[in-house]
Amino acid sequence: MPRIRPPFPVTHGYRGRPTVVNNVETFAAATKIAAHGPEWFSAQGTRESTGTKLLSISGDCARPGIYEYPWGVTLRRVLEDCGATDALAVQVAGPAGQCLPEGAFERRLAFEDIATGGSLMVFSAGRDILELVNNFTEFFAHESCGFCTPCRVGTALMRDLVKKVCAGRGTRYDLEQLQRIAQVTRATAHCGLGHTAPNPILDTLKSFPEHYATRLRPEDYTPAFDLDGALEAARRLTGRDDAQAHLREET
Amino acid sequence: MSATLRIDGREIPFSEGQTIMDAALAAGLYIPHLCHNPEFSPHGSCRVCTVRVDGREAAACTTAAAQGQEVANEDEQLNRYRRALMEMLFVEGNHICPACEKSGNCQMQAVAYYTGMLAPTFAYFYPHREIDASHPEVVIDFDRCILCELCVRASRDVDGKSVFAIAGRGLRAHLIVDASSGRLGDTDFALSDRAAHVCPVGAILPKRHSYEVPGHRRYDQAPISVVGDVTTREQGDGHD
Repeated sequence: MPRIRPPFPVTHGYRGRPTVVNNVETFAAATKIAAHGPEWFSAQGTRESTGTKLLSISGDCARPGIYEYPWGVTLRRVLEDCGATDALAVQVAGPAGQCLPEGAFERRLAFEDIATGGSLMVFSAGRDILELVNNFTEFFAHESCGFCTPCRVGTALMRDLVKKVCAGRGTRYDLEQLQRIAQVTRATAHCGLGHTAPNPILDTLKSFPEHYATRLRPEDYTPAFDLDGALEAARRLTGRDDAQAHLREET
Repeated sequence: MSATLRIDGREIPFSEGQTIMDAALAAGLYIPHLCHNPEFSPHGSCRVCTVRVDGREAAACTTAAAQGQEVANEDEQLNRYRRALMEMLFVEGNHICPACEKSGNCQMQAVAYYTGMLAPTFAYFYPHREIDASHPEVVIDFDRCILCELCVRASRDVDGKSVFAIAGRGLRAHLIVDASSGRLGDTDFALSDRAAHVCPVGAILPKRHSYEVPGHRRYDQAPISVVGDVTTREQGDGHD
């Protein structure tokens, strides 16, 4: 379970002592600064984001792999270089990051624009955005440690609602509930996992509303469970399986 | 001169080491909560005490009070969050108030009413959980456990027994009992333990003590913001 912060590792880390927590990329950058000097380093990138960034590019592109760019590079340039010719969306910084549509491809990878730890997943035009949301939402429900209410219950509720919409059983009301759960989880969770778990849903509801809209049923409300399936136990008990023992399929 | 913070514009004094919740309780100001009990170290798991501290949401029970802090507590958006959190707790377990011995004396029910929750709007999970009636004096109805860990903390920190713990992750997180059989009757747990009297819901109940008469229960006449937590009353005597 993530501990209550503050204190942060900078003041209370390993064995309660001030601790530097950096990833390997930072140590590599520090080595290069030591070798080539700070002027060499800060000449690359933008004013707010100096130096370069390693990107791990995967998904629908001809040349996936590890790329190094000066900070400030546009998403479009990166997509061209890796051979992503018909990208529908790019997931930047992993499931907890941002899902960006084509309209954002002129934006820049930089702390002042699109911040990233380096993960970049390309999704091409043939992809189903809701399948992406379904995968990520399931991931967060699985990863939740279960300590706090919003993350423990909220991620599971979001997972089930996304599945309901994916299965073509959702309504406009389910999208409203998804937004509501997403906002509560983002605002009240104990740690970063819960704060960011709703991102795939909130991002795609904004950028790809049509991917949701085409899956919705016209009713105001549909139940969370299969009504006819709920009668199965009664059918078994009474030994019936005729048409009268089934709910008529709604049209 | 003592340090102060402001809650909903009201100047509240606090001393070094206090949380926002400590300062509020000392000033007689109610911030809704379930997993917090000033007898035990703060936990911060239910998130019902979420307030806005200088524009950012944080749990009042685990956030240190600081000079000049601007805290929002009674606020429509915060109340919406809290109501949604209560709904989450209600659909996660099996909370059937009309059939529960704790009804009227239940902190969860009282906080739900306080936030304006009348019925959950989320889909119920209907988990299957067994009742543990193996102990001669106390029964555990796991259907009602909200994982606040008050019994865990009381048994460990006050009773020195560590009878309880939480096992499992995510939605599978659940209360367990320290016995190879997993049953309370096979532990040294006793009705006189503090842990037997801190449950804010109807999960840990004394046996041979059934329903209270409606009208005379703790939350029948006034809201929890006025009469306070259920566990403070039970201190010392669970049968008053």
